[in-house]
Amino acid sequence: MNESEIRAVVLATLLSIAPEVETDDLRGDRPLRSQVDLDSMDWLNFLLGLNKRLKVEIPEADYARLVTLDDVVAYLMKKLGIGP
Amino acid sequence: MIEFKLPSLGADMDEGTLLEWKVGVGDTVKKGQVVAVVDTSKAAVDVECWQEGSVGELLAEVGQKMPVGTVMAKLLEPGETAETIVGTPRVLPAGRAGATAAAPPPRRMISPAARKHAQEKGVDLDKVTGSGPHGAVTLEDVEHAAAGLAPPAAVLPAADKAGEMRRAIAAAMARSKREIPHYYVAEDIPLVKALAWLQAGNAKRPMAERLLPAVLLFKAVAVALKRYPELNGYWRDGGFVPAERINLGVAISLRQGGLIAPALLNADAKPLTQLMQELTDLVRRTRAGSLRSSEMSEATITVTNLGDQGSQAVFGVIYPPQVALVGFGRVTERPWAENGELKALPMVTASLSADHRVSDGHRGALFLRELADLLQRPEDLDR
Repeated sequence: MNESEIRAVVLATLLSIAPEVETDDLRGDRPLRSQVDLDSMDWLNFLLGLNKRLKVEIPEADYARLVTLDDVVAYLMKKLGIGP
Repeated sequence: MIEFKLPSLGADMDEGTLLEWKVGVGDTVKKGQVVAVVDTSKAAVDVECWQEGSVGELLAEVGQKMPVGTVMAKLLEPGETAETIVGTPRVLPAGRAGATAAAPPPRRMISPAARKHAQEKGVDLDKVTGSGPHGAVTLEDVEHAAAGLAPPAAVLPAADKAGEMRRAIAAAMARSKREIPHYYVAEDIPLVKALAWLQAGNAKRPMAERLLPAVLLFKAVAVALKRYPELNGYWRDGGFVPAERINLGVAISLRQGGLIAPALLNADAKPLTQLMQELTDLVRRTRAGSLRSSEMSEATITVTNLGDQGSQAVFGVIYPPQVALVGFGRVTERPWAENGELKALPMVTASLSADHRVSDGHRGALFLRELADLLQRPEDLDR
């Protein structure tokens, strides 16, 4: 799995929770939750969706580091042992 | 003979449209069984029946819009037979054209209005798919067939639905502000202990079973209410009626706008893990449009939690006929003075909007103090 494939999984997971999102309009370097209306339950379901799709365990202590889309993708790549 | 009527599903619902019958004539109905799906201004709701019997007659047609209290079906009590109820006058809202025949006829069921309309339009009734009970052909079926359309789906288009929900919220909230003399109190509550306890517990739980802070806040409200029954109940017929159970109406916003506040039933008596599962399920079903009628009608108080994307505090509008609403703002780190020292602590502002006809600000303030104290002993809330 490469970076763009992981990003696609992240966006698909996001769309399953917030189907109204225009993914082309999302800025990867801006806080995701300032661009998409996700409440605490949505956010939990988003992370759970990533956990299910990618089999990555995300400790609660790491939640605070996952701010932007780029953060999420980089975090998952590291967890999956991909990339630089 | 038992009349099964369309129940009220909240102050902002005075009519509903039957989407589907979940039972047929002759079926046995158990207490609490879902018998119909009804579309309201806010959501499609699974309507439960709280009496037992067997279905004698289905009076409401799929697609029919009817006011709350309309007799939708007749149930036979044990020992009764269908003959007992034949000939009972049908109860249908005024202005509704036609209905299916009362007794099961040997031929296909076609409503008189549908038959007349089919003749006028030259529609072949044999080719029309009936969407009514037992495949009965309704007026709408014929209208759709005449227009060359698919059978009717009684659900409104999204834009109409949003407008209808806005009007329903407007009606309930205007009534609240017109009738209920609100008073408001607020309390800043340190959450250091509560969040540390949650984090320690969550570190040991699999992802799917971790608790959100909201669950702990809801449980604390439910437990605190046990000592303040004057905040948990209804204002009815000029007086306060305390509720026997503590059912928290949880305000859940919808992605397309608007909100619904279905109930977490008996929230004071459930451990946190169960409450979290039920909350997750409630949010999912609220957004998917599959709530049960008891969840829509049995909330005894409402809690609104703005969560981590919200404002620091919220002062809510009471949902009539309830008499109180508890609001939680966003958890943020704030300065807090204690024993002559200034610290930065995670805090939440809890507010209470309450009906002054039933309680006074002093009791309201004591309730919030109790809530704050409970949240300093989070382990005691998990039982």
